[in-house]
Amino acid sequence: MKENRSKSVFIQGAISSEFIGGSIAKHQTKTSIGAHNIFLGQVRADIIEGKTISAIEYTAYEDMANTKFYDIREATFKNFDITCMHIYHSLGTVKAGEICLFVFVSSPRRKVVYEALEYIVERIKTDIPVYGKEIFEDETHQWKVNN
Amino acid sequence: MHINIKYFGQIAEVTKCDEEIISISKNLVSELIAYLYIKYPELKNKSFKIAQNQELVSENIKLTGKEIALLPPFAGG
Repeated sequence: MKENRSKSVFIQGAISSEFIGGSIAKHQTKTSIGAHNIFLGQVRADIIEGKTISAIEYTAYEDMANTKFYDIREATFKNFDITCMHIYHSLGTVKAGEICLFVFVSSPRRKVVYEALEYIVERIKTDIPVYGKEIFEDETHQWKVNN
Repeated sequence: MHINIKYFGQIAEVTKCDEEIISISKNLVSELIAYLYIKYPELKNKSFKIAQNQELVSENIKLTGKEIALLPPFAGG
């Protein structure tokens, strides 16, 4: 049984460990699931020309991003035998060391969740119009670019 | 035609606004971009993709009057 796939993805600020723990707990009633896999993206304090990144300020083309998240969700359910999936991405300021992306995939068996999770994360990186302003400790900034 | 144009990230830093409505009598996306290069010369130094009605399009596509967005490199995650 697959659940309703239209959900809100964006969360204001960092994604807390309480929120992540709560998401895991909610799946205890779904007893056909035998395997979860989780990806957590964390803001790195990169040092660039002697200056340290203290936070990333995320913005997005939200209408297009939500459409693309929906497409990713549809394609993932089509290509992988998963029970459910959840994507949460931060908007606004996320400090170094905090979580900005939480992807959660569940299935009766383990192998598919490794593949599905990688597929989802890679598509988020390439398809979603999200922007990250990397703020240095001296309040100057540069723009993050995905590789 | 009146076209709503959205700017993001470093593009919005160049245009100094997130969104504007431009009245233009052009047919192609490329002609709109040429107009924007005149209005914001600094745009020529920036890398961006173009979305029309939330779908990425090439510059030789016709303007439909739907929303246009200038999207610099994505940085999700």
